[in-house]
Amino acid sequence: MADAVAGHHEAHAHPTGWRRYVYSTNHKDIGTMYLVFAIFAGLFGGVLSGFMRWELAEPGIQIFHGLAQMVYGFEGDAAIDGGKHMYNVFTTAHGLIMIFFMVMPALIGGFANWFVPIMIGAPDMAFPRMNNISFWLLPAAFTLLVISLFVEGPPGGFGTGGGWTIYPPLSTSGQPGPAMDFAILSIHLAGASSILGAINFITTIFNMRAPGMTMHKMPLFPWSVLVTAFLLLLSLPVLAGGITMLLTDRNFGTTFFAPEGGGDPVLFQHLFWFFGHPEVYILILPGFGVISHIVSTFSKKPIFGYLGMVYAMIAIGFVGFIVWAHHMYTTGLSLDVQRYFLAATMVIAVPTGVKIFSWIATMWGGSISFRTPMLWALGFIFLFTVGGVTGVVLANAGVDRAMHDTYYVVAHFHYVLSLGAVFAIFAAWYFWYPKMFGIMYSEFWANVHFFITFIGVNLIFFPQHFLGLAGMPRRYIDYPEAYAFWNAVSSWGYVVTLVGVFVFLWVLVEARMRKRVAADNPWGEGATTLEWTLSSPPPFHQFETLPRIS
Amino acid sequence: MIRGFFLFLLALVPGLAMAQEERVLGKAVDGQMHLQGAATPIMDSITAFHDNLLMWIISGIVLFVLALLIIVILRFNSRANPTPSKTSHNTMIEVVWTVAPIVILIVIAIPSFGVLADQQTIPDGTRKYLGANIFSYGDVELPAPELTVKATGNQWYWSYDYVDYDGVDFDSYMLGDAERESAKPNEPRLLAADFDLVVPVDTTVRVLVTGSDVIHSFAVPSFGIKIDAVPGRLNETWFNVRKTGMYYGQCSELCGKDHAFMPIAVRVVSKEEFAKWLATAQSDGVEAAVAMLSPVN
Repeated sequence: MADAVAGHHEAHAHPTGWRRYVYSTNHKDIGTMYLVFAIFAGLFGGVLSGFMRWELAEPGIQIFHGLAQMVYGFEGDAAIDGGKHMYNVFTTAHGLIMIFFMVMPALIGGFANWFVPIMIGAPDMAFPRMNNISFWLLPAAFTLLVISLFVEGPPGGFGTGGGWTIYPPLSTSGQPGPAMDFAILSIHLAGASSILGAINFITTIFNMRAPGMTMHKMPLFPWSVLVTAFLLLLSLPVLAGGITMLLTDRNFGTTFFAPEGGGDPVLFQHLFWFFGHPEVYILILPGFGVISHIVSTFSKKPIFGYLGMVYAMIAIGFVGFIVWAHHMYTTGLSLDVQRYFLAATMVIAVPTGVKIFSWIATMWGGSISFRTPMLWALGFIFLFTVGGVTGVVLANAGVDRAMHDTYYVVAHFHYVLSLGAVFAIFAAWYFWYPKMFGIMYSEFWANVHFFITFIGVNLIFFPQHFLGLAGMPRRYIDYPEAYAFWNAVSSWGYVVTLVGVFVFLWVLVEARMRKRVAADNPWGEGATTLEWTLSSPPPFHQFETLPRIS
Repeated sequence: MIRGFFLFLLALVPGLAMAQEERVLGKAVDGQMHLQGAATPIMDSITAFHDNLLMWIISGIVLFVLALLIIVILRFNSRANPTPSKTSHNTMIEVVWTVAPIVILIVIAIPSFGVLADQQTIPDGTRKYLGANIFSYGDVELPAPELTVKATGNQWYWSYDYVDYDGVDFDSYMLGDAERESAKPNEPRLLAADFDLVVPVDTTVRVLVTGSDVIHSFAVPSFGIKIDAVPGRLNETWFNVRKTGMYYGQCSELCGKDHAFMPIAVRVVSKEEFAKWLATAQSDGVEAAVAMLSPVN
C-alpha cells in the first residue's frame, strides 16, 4: 500500500530539464511549447511576407533574382527565373506556415491546451500522451516544409510554388521535383497532429467537466474549441485523402486529377475546399471564444446572449461545411450550383452578425476598463467586421467574377485572419500571460504594441482592396505601373507592422527582466472563469479535488 | 411596387452613374481605387451592383458597428459608468439583430441572382439583360453569338483559335520591354502582347477556354469576365463590347513562374475592320492582317 502511494507520487513527480518538455504529458507545458513554436513559426512566416512586400514595393523585379542567387546559387537569367519561382515559393510557404504552424498551434495547441482543462475544471487532457505526440508531430512537419524549400520543385527552381491551395496539375506534372512531396508529407503530419488534438479535446470536453458543469454552463472558450475540434475531425481526413491522391498521382501513376487518364483537376479543388473552408472557421472560432471572455471580463458583465453565442458558433461550424465551392466560382460551375453556393454563403453572415452584436451588447451598460487585452478585443471586433462585410461582397458570385484571384480577396482574408485571428491571439496572449507565467508585462509597452500593429496592418491591407477592385491579380511578382501607389503604401505598412513585432519582442524581454509578480486574478471582479481561482502560474497539477459548479 | 421602391432608393445615390462614364476602359490608371471602366452590359451590372448597392450597405454596416463601439467606449467606460448592469438577455433585441441581417441579405440577393444569371447565360437574341439597371427585369437586348474564339492557356502564353475560320490561329506572348518600346510604345508594360486577340465591336463573342498544361484563368476586367482554363475541360464565357479600343486582362490562376507575364490583350475593332482583318489573316496570315489594322492610339 505504501509502495502504491509512493509509485503514484512518482508518476506525478515534477520532471526537470529536457525531460520535462520532450516527455511532457502536462497540458500546460505542452501548451507553452505550442505557443513558443507558434511564435517562432509566426516570425518565420512574417519574414517571408516581408520579402514579398519588399519585392512589391515598386514595379519590376527588385530582390528575388538576388535572393535566388544568394540562396540557390543561380547565375544570370537562371537567377531571374529562379527568383520568379522563389516568389511563388514564398507565398506558398507563408500561407502554409501561418495557417498550420502559427494560428492553429497558437489558438488550439497553445491556448486551448492551457485553458480548456482548467476552464472545465479538469486536472489535464483526457489523453496526455497523445497530447505529447500531437505537439511533437509539428516540429517534424515544419522540418519537412523547410526541407521542401531547398529541393527541386519545377525544372530550374527550388521549393514548391503552387500556392497553399496546391492545385493540380501545377502541383503534379507542373512541379515534378521532390519539393512538393515534402510539402504534402508535411501537411499530412500537421493534419495528423491536428486530428489527434481534436480527438483529445472532444473527449476531454465531453467527459471531464467538473461536477455540475453542464454543457450549457460551460464557458464559451471551451465551447469554441469543441466546435473547432469537430470541424477538424470532419474536414482534415478529406484533405488527407485529397493530398494522398495527389501523392499517388505524382509518384504511382494514378490519374485522379489528370485529364489524360480520365481524371479532373477540379475534383481536387472540391476536396481541398471541403477542408479549406471549414479550415478558415477552425482558425477564427477559438478566437471568437477568447474575445467573448475578454469582453465580458473587462466590461464586468456576464456575456450577453450566452445561448445565442453557443448556437451561433455551432451554426457557423455547420454552414461552414456546405459553402466550399464559393472559392471556385470561376472554375466553370453551372449556374444552379453557383446560385446554391451564393445563397448558402450569405447565410453565414447571420450567425456572425449575432456574435458581433452580442459582444457589443455585452459591453453595453458595462463598466469597461481598457486594459491591453480589451484593446486587442475591440480592434478585433472592428476589423473582423470589415473583413466580414467584404466576405458578403465576395459571396455574390456575380461580383466575385471581378474580384476572384485579385488583391481584394487577399485583403478580405487578411482582415479576417491576419487582423482577426492574429488580434485574437494577441488578445489571448495578454489576457492569460500573467496566469501562464506568473509575471506581468508592461501595460505601456503592450499598448504601444497594439497601436503600432493596428496602424501597420491596416496600412498593409486596406489599400489592397483598391488594388483588387482595380484588377490586380494575386500571387504576382510584378505588376503594371498603375498599381504602384497602393502597393507602395502597403509595403510601408509592413515596415510599421515590423516595428510592432519588435515592440512585442521587447514586451516579452522586459517582462522577463522586471519579473513583476502577477496576482492570482489580475483583472478583478469581471474575471469569473475557473483559471482565475488558481495561483499564477497554476500548480503543476490543478484540481486534485474537483471544483463543484453550482 | 418593390422595384419602384428600390429605384427610388437608387436615385438617392448621387453622381455614381456620371463617375462611371469617366472611368478608363480596358486597364487600371495610377492610384485607382475602384473597378475598371465597364465596356459590356455584364460589367455594367457588376459595377452597378457593387458600387451602387453593396458599397453602400457594407459601408453602412461598418459605420454602424463603429458608431456602437464609440458609444460603448465613451458611455460605458469605468469612469463614466462605475457600476455595471447585469443584463444578459433581451429576447426582443436578439430577434431584431437576427432578422435585420436576413432582410439586408435578401435585398442583396435579389439583384445578385440576376447579375449572376446574366453572366452565365449566352445571349440567344431574345433574352433581355440587366445592364446597369440591376433592379429591373432587364432592358438590354443582345444578339446571339456570331463569332467563337477558343483561348488556350499555356505556360506562359495564350493561344487563340478562331474555330470557324481555317488557319486563323496564333499564339500571344507578352512583349518584353525592348520589343514593346519598338513595336507598341503606347501600350503598358506587362500588358502589351505581340499578337492581340482581335474581335469586332457590338458583336456577341463566345469564348471557349481551356488549358494545355496547368490551370490558367482568362480574365478581362472591363468585360466583367473571368473563367478558368482547366486542362481537360472546355469552359465557356461570352462578351459583347460596345466601344473599340484596347482591353487588357492578366492570367488569374497561379500557373508557375511566369504567371504575372502572360497578359490577355484584346483589340476591339469596328465590324468592317474585323472583316478585313479576318480575310487577310486567312489569305496572308495573321502578321499581315495585324499590319493593316489602324494603329492603337
